[in-house]
Amino acid sequence: MAARPARPRSFQEVILRLQAYWAGQGCAVLQPYDMEVGAGTFHPATTLRALGPRPWAAAFVQPSRRPTDGRYGENPNRLQHYYQYQVILKPSPPDFQALYLGSLQAIGIDMEMHDIRFVEDDWESPTLGAWGLGWEVWCDGMEVSQFTYFQQVGGHDCHPVSGELTYGLERLAMYVLGVDHVMAMPFNDPDAPIPLKYGDVFRQAEEQYSRWNFDVADTAMLLRHFEDAEAECQRILAAPEEDPKTGRRIVMALPAYDQCIKASHLFNLLDARGVISVTERQAYIGRVRALARACAGAWLQSETALSEEPDAGPAPSGPAPSGNRAGDGQGA
Amino acid sequence: MADLLIELFSEEIPARMQARAGADLKRLVTDGLAEAGLRCSGARAFVTPRRLALHVEGLPGKSPLRREERRGPRADAPQKAIEGFLRATGMRRAQLETRATAKGDVLFAVIEHAGRPAGEIVAEVLECTVRNFPWPRSMRWGGGTLKWVRPLHSILCLLSDEAGARVVALDIDGIKAGDSTAGHRFMAPGRFSVTGFQDYATRLKRAFVRLDAAERAEAIRHDATTAAFAQGLELVEDAALLAEVAGLVEWPVVLMGEIESDFLGLPPEVLQTSMREHQKFFSVKDPKSGQIVRFVTVANRETADDGAAILAGNRKVLAARLADARFFWENDLRVARAGMASWLDALAHVTFHNRLGSQKERVARLERLAGELAPATGADAALAREAARVAKADLASEMVYEFPELQGTMGRCYATAAGLRAEVAAACEEHYAPLGPSDAVPRAPVSVAVGLADKIDMLAGFWAIGEKPTGSKDPFALRRAALGVIRLVLDNDLRLPLLEAFRAALNGLDEQAAGKAAAGKRAGETDACKADTGEKPDGKAVPRQDPGDDLLAFFHDRLKVHLRDRGIRHDVIDACLSMPGNDDLSLLVRRARALSDFLETEDGANLLQGFRRANNILEQAEARDGVEYSYGAEEKFLRAPQEKALFRALSQEGGAISSAIDAEDFASAMASLASLRVAIDGFFEAVQVNDENDVIRRNRLNMLSSIRDLCLGVADLRRIEG
Repeated sequence: MAARPARPRSFQEVILRLQAYWAGQGCAVLQPYDMEVGAGTFHPATTLRALGPRPWAAAFVQPSRRPTDGRYGENPNRLQHYYQYQVILKPSPPDFQALYLGSLQAIGIDMEMHDIRFVEDDWESPTLGAWGLGWEVWCDGMEVSQFTYFQQVGGHDCHPVSGELTYGLERLAMYVLGVDHVMAMPFNDPDAPIPLKYGDVFRQAEEQYSRWNFDVADTAMLLRHFEDAEAECQRILAAPEEDPKTGRRIVMALPAYDQCIKASHLFNLLDARGVISVTERQAYIGRVRALARACAGAWLQSETALSEEPDAGPAPSGPAPSGNRAGDGQGA
Repeated sequence: MADLLIELFSEEIPARMQARAGADLKRLVTDGLAEAGLRCSGARAFVTPRRLALHVEGLPGKSPLRREERRGPRADAPQKAIEGFLRATGMRRAQLETRATAKGDVLFAVIEHAGRPAGEIVAEVLECTVRNFPWPRSMRWGGGTLKWVRPLHSILCLLSDEAGARVVALDIDGIKAGDSTAGHRFMAPGRFSVTGFQDYATRLKRAFVRLDAAERAEAIRHDATTAAFAQGLELVEDAALLAEVAGLVEWPVVLMGEIESDFLGLPPEVLQTSMREHQKFFSVKDPKSGQIVRFVTVANRETADDGAAILAGNRKVLAARLADARFFWENDLRVARAGMASWLDALAHVTFHNRLGSQKERVARLERLAGELAPATGADAALAREAARVAKADLASEMVYEFPELQGTMGRCYATAAGLRAEVAAACEEHYAPLGPSDAVPRAPVSVAVGLADKIDMLAGFWAIGEKPTGSKDPFALRRAALGVIRLVLDNDLRLPLLEAFRAALNGLDEQAAGKAAAGKRAGETDACKADTGEKPDGKAVPRQDPGDDLLAFFHDRLKVHLRDRGIRHDVIDACLSMPGNDDLSLLVRRARALSDFLETEDGANLLQGFRRANNILEQAEARDGVEYSYGAEEKFLRAPQEKALFRALSQEGGAISSAIDAEDFASAMASLASLRVAIDGFFEAVQVNDENDVIRRNRLNMLSSIRDLCLGVADLRRIEG
């Protein structure tokens, strides 16, 4: 085991250490996706890349929005906007659990002093038509991550299987830093010339968005935008594969998927506004799932075509995320 | 004789699947071995979070020799046919036997299959077991196609006998069987080799793995009880939690911690539920106050600080959870003290079933029905209505939203906080009972009235919309509801004609539907959109069909099952079901019990014979004569003394029997019937019914019909079997 690193001192240091750790394991460190999503899983680097035969290794922070969780910045643990850290490795390496435990050590959790447990928690996203098996990881009784082996996305089997990690960054950092209220958590170094707390950065946002999410958002507009996003997604996918301008075959899975993400977030906003009844709920979820399914199908189509081209993407035995590990070489 | 050790080492197996997986492994492997001719003297399976192990003892070194006989062509068959047979059997001509048969001399091949070495068989059986293991849900990982509950990392498969131990050659999708395993994930992560089961178990223990789940559970129970006892406290037993926790650890270490005093004001059920559901903590209570004051968590390791950091972390997580619970509790208490009005309104937005309206509408029906059922339960109708009005209020509370299993429990707490009477508060909790066949049945009249209303409204409603249970499908747990009604009625000895109760429930539904249709129409004239947002999407009234009889038949089926478990035969119940008042379950069961007891006695058994004889003679005569004998005998046509004696007995007991039946005293009625036995037996011994004189014959038949009528007035004895 590596030497015990000193504990991080700020929220951003936790993030930086995760970035460094997973970069060191060979992941492409991506930037957040520039759209509103409910969870890091919606990032196309997770959802879509989990499909198709090509290997993949990425890690990134993804801001996530859950309008119904807004508490005006008052609740010590609940936020309507928070950060998730995602790691996705395809195919899942044989030592995925060990790699994950290494990341906990990297952020200062001493394995010799704490009780780490893998507790069954199967993951399912009805809106994405996705499911996987895995655990929630407990550290001294606290859930610090979700650990999932993706089996299906958008109704399609994942082959090879991706391993996915999701860290709830605020909660994890609060634990590591020993802070009880999220707003009191140091965001940057506490000794910096201008030390900032999480609340200095986000309290206003939490308060303002809570009001807008719950009481002000124009539901008629949200409904309209939902319909628009749905229609646009379907229209994009219905376009002929051959682009008349370039003469190339261009399946527009990614732009279509953006519309699916939009529809999903609009549904969450409508839900927070309390205008979706129990019976309607299922119907809306089904509509988003249908979009996700169609996008996944389109993506697979383009991926399969790509992986058949001789010069496409990383070679199957390519960048295994950990350099010194026995290569699993089970790519495409 | 050889011993076999198998270990399938994987990532963490869900706790709830472990016990079953151990049993499945044992069954599949030992069955597979036995099928191939290897019978063992014993086998035992073990499960930890990361390993599924099996120890098989007393296995033969190889399977027994097997002789196979195959019949070939006749000895004088063409050369071609004989050659074909030789090819098929792999034998030479000289090896074949010639036997004389009815069809002449026929060639036979006797093939001896040598026994196969155990290792070969084990490899086949284990591979087949792994590939077809019945996990409730399994997965693929990496680039492979093998399925297991979580990624499978290594296979240990060792056969050992006097000569030593050897690895069974086996390779499943690149996982080669070996003789090594790994210790505790954190305390002894290295791999090591073993030579057999004893060595395996000993070394694992040294590597901080307790192999036996029962031993882990017992250690947890023992240590937790001792820790609590040392502080004068008591562990709250929870067998399901114990089994689960034992499946989460390989090296259990019990740690007990304090619950911050801020949270001790929460109801004990809330503390217990929150700790169990979220943290898998045991509760420790103070036996004097009954309060939950400590928690017990089970860590999976020892640490240099004796678990201090682990305990501190757990306490912090618990504090955050309980802060949430307290937040819900305090918010809820505010609503409760204000009379729960906002919850009752909120129930309008909770759909009960899209064709049976919202929970609010249902509550309105329950209120009315509970009031109507109250007299039968001995409850004050106003109190029963009041209890029904608030019985479902907690469904809209934050606490129940968070912990659905606390429904009812919170209802009682909140009704108390609202200042409602104790009977009303109790009904909020108890009206769900009984949930299972062994669940206690409420006795308090108000609870019983609301409980009956709750279940009868549900049953009548789902019957009205044609959502009956079919086969194994009973999504709304209607069988359970019917059994609940049966037990409420019987255990409280209630006189409740069910058909009336069903009708009352259906009237409630109908009136609501009619009211809504009218409201929709009114709204339609002034405001066209309103009708579209009505609760019931189709806006139609509940279909008008009287489902009462069918529902009663459903109850009768459930009743038969219920009484069968209590020693009353189904034919005895059938005999009572066709009697008047069969929707009054207490009456029905009283009759059935009396009949069941009666048939056990010698008198009863004899009387049954007498009845059958009379009934058979009558049925034959009636079929032949085309008439029904039902007038009773006339004294003047009586001849034989036994005939006269029976006539007197019938007219004497007839009155006693019918007044006993009127008084619902079935035991007396049957005792009176029994007293007829001597006269009936005497009659049949001495008297020939089919007399030459038709008048006398008919008179006798009419007398037999009196016996039949008397008996059938007690129960339909024609239904009794045997």
